[in-house]
Amino acid sequence: MTNTALSLNYLQAKKGIFSWIFSVDHKRIALLYLYSIGTFFLVGVTLGVLMRLELLNPGKDIMEAQTYNQVFTMHGVIMIFLFIIPSIPAVFGNFFLPIMLGTDDVSFPRLNLLSWWIYIIGAIMALSTLLFGDGPADTGWTFYAPYSVKTGTNVTMSVLAAFVLGFSSILTGLNFIVTIHRLRTPGMSFMKMPLFAWALYATSWIQLLATPIIGITLLMIVAERVFGVGLFDPSIGGDPILYQHLFWIYSHPAVYIMALPAFGIISELLPTFANRTIFGYKAIAFSSLAIAFVGYFVWGHHMFTSGMSGPARIIFSIMTFLVAIPTAIKVFNWVATLYKGSIDVQPPLLYALGFIFQFMIGGLSGLVLGALAADIHLHDTYFVVGHFHYVMFGGTGFAFFGAIHYWYPKIWGRMYNKLVANIAFFILFIGFNTLYFPMMIVGLMGMPRRYYDYLPEFHLPNMISTYGSWILATGLLLMLGNLIAGSRRKREHIDRNYWKTGITLEWQTLSPPPVSNFDRMPVLPKDGPYDYDHKPEIKEKED
Amino acid sequence: MEHTAGFSLPNSGHNRDAEASKMGMWLFLFTELLLFGGLFIVYMVYRSLNPEAFLLASFELDVTLGTFNTVVLLVSSMTIAMSITAIQKGNSKLSIQLLVVTLVAATVFLIVKYFEWSSKIHHGLFPGQELYASLPPGESLFFFLYFFMTGLHALHIIIGGIIIGVVVYRTRKGLISSEKYTLTENAGLYWHLVDLIWIYLFPLFYLIH
Repeated sequence: MTNTALSLNYLQAKKGIFSWIFSVDHKRIALLYLYSIGTFFLVGVTLGVLMRLELLNPGKDIMEAQTYNQVFTMHGVIMIFLFIIPSIPAVFGNFFLPIMLGTDDVSFPRLNLLSWWIYIIGAIMALSTLLFGDGPADTGWTFYAPYSVKTGTNVTMSVLAAFVLGFSSILTGLNFIVTIHRLRTPGMSFMKMPLFAWALYATSWIQLLATPIIGITLLMIVAERVFGVGLFDPSIGGDPILYQHLFWIYSHPAVYIMALPAFGIISELLPTFANRTIFGYKAIAFSSLAIAFVGYFVWGHHMFTSGMSGPARIIFSIMTFLVAIPTAIKVFNWVATLYKGSIDVQPPLLYALGFIFQFMIGGLSGLVLGALAADIHLHDTYFVVGHFHYVMFGGTGFAFFGAIHYWYPKIWGRMYNKLVANIAFFILFIGFNTLYFPMMIVGLMGMPRRYYDYLPEFHLPNMISTYGSWILATGLLLMLGNLIAGSRRKREHIDRNYWKTGITLEWQTLSPPPVSNFDRMPVLPKDGPYDYDHKPEIKEKED
Repeated sequence: MEHTAGFSLPNSGHNRDAEASKMGMWLFLFTELLLFGGLFIVYMVYRSLNPEAFLLASFELDVTLGTFNTVVLLVSSMTIAMSITAIQKGNSKLSIQLLVVTLVAATVFLIVKYFEWSSKIHHGLFPGQELYASLPPGESLFFFLYFFMTGLHALHIIIGGIIIGVVVYRTRKGLISSEKYTLTENAGLYWHLVDLIWIYLFPLFYLIH
């Protein structure tokens, strides 16, 4: 029994659907997340493409104004709560955090499974608004009161779904923090942890400390809708601005829940494909914590035009600019890592480079919005839409794709077609920029967001943007098709260290890993996780 | 795990790790504090906007019952702490008895709460009722927050009671002993949190004048 069991990897160890949906193996749970998140992502993409189609020409193209409102709300809810918040931590964090730390699972394996189930319940609740009740919410994903209290659509269910999903997010964060504290392999101090683990550590703290606030706020929305208690409705003594504060106290830090894990991915990809140590390990590690910390005190920049005192606005604006410092530290360190490296251009690296380029545009446009005077003009225009899609999709989304292409041979023990992957990347890259860059321009021209119609002078950029959405969708389909085709290929032997230059612990074990992750004790490099001068030798077989 | 014959990691996630469990519990309690923290912010904002209405409304609450409940909860916190010491010293019987006392205290608390709530509801002060709708804005917010915060707290009492019930069951089965009592400790931590939150709720609603 033992010999055959040893030769079976985690994908083969057990069979049947129940061995998956009730698995406590972090690797299987990661894949459960990947498949569910991927599905919801495609739903979100479809809604996005429909929105762009509606905006192809001025006036009504394919849907009514009310439908459009519901579509953009659904797009936001799905993309934020079902895709981007759980994406990297729940999939790659779950799969690779324990392996990178040199252990066989997270601290609470059953809690890990529970958080996937809670996620699925939340997802079903969110999607059920499409079919049941009075139709999906039409408030935008922010559920701003008092409209969210008064609209006839099914806000209650959407809000409860977000509450449930928050629970799942908290449990994952809690699990990761304890895992990082308790399960590092002997000899791996905090300062010898891979940067992806550092990024997840900072992310998990935000998940833990910010999510409860949105939870309770959303429950208040439900109470307001059911009982009409007068919390946020000014006509019965409530304060809608208070809702905005409570909402953004969570939802701004949540932006870093989405971005920090992506930074971690990039910090893993660059050393491998530049074949040299990361530049400024400590600076990158601590800047994650700095972003997490400062990120708590900037929520007011979402409300510059909502009514706040002058000093409050100035303070929030200054704090917002402060976030740029640790973020820029990361970007400079990444670029410095590439400098004089022996660069091997592989699909994952292309995504990392795409990330840096697009994230920079996103980040710098964020500073434009953080400036008080500029924000008065740009608030609620398409400039904001362009900005956050550059950060979230151009940043986190591309990092997610990069991570799939990077760890694909490790996860499945198979390989995709690299040429097709490269072509898909360039189509995605061109499509992405064609889709979102015109949004920035049309935003500067003054086109407001969240309307299904626009003035004729905005026609050209909108048209280009819609064409971009088709290119982007093509790229996505090609990328996805390539990944699926790769998994259907005949299984061949994949080396432990597929990219030859990987240095973190996941490259020391088999591809795919055995059920308990390692078939022998992982060896740490001498001086920290990216010590390319003392790389441990990785033998394929024990002799 | 048994699959890797001859090799197992020293730092397995499947090992029993009392430190990890307690750390997890502390982190969870953090999130609970923040959950109530959101409500404390709302209370603070509306109290500062409507100080007089909040004062008037607070006279409706019965300070005697509130004080009684506070004492009950404080005693229950003590008994669960004693129960942990008992199990540490290997006396599972005493540990179970003290846990049962804690459960009784929790039940008393809920019964008192039930009478408090039902008299308010009888007067029509529950959100959605007639009198509630006719209250001036500040007072209605006071009662909403009263029901919402004490209700959420009562929910935590119920959950805590269930957890303590599980601890009693497992101690009786011999699954919890002087070698292995993390669950009792975690139940204690949770119960102290429930107590702690009440210690803030009590003055906020009953005492501040």
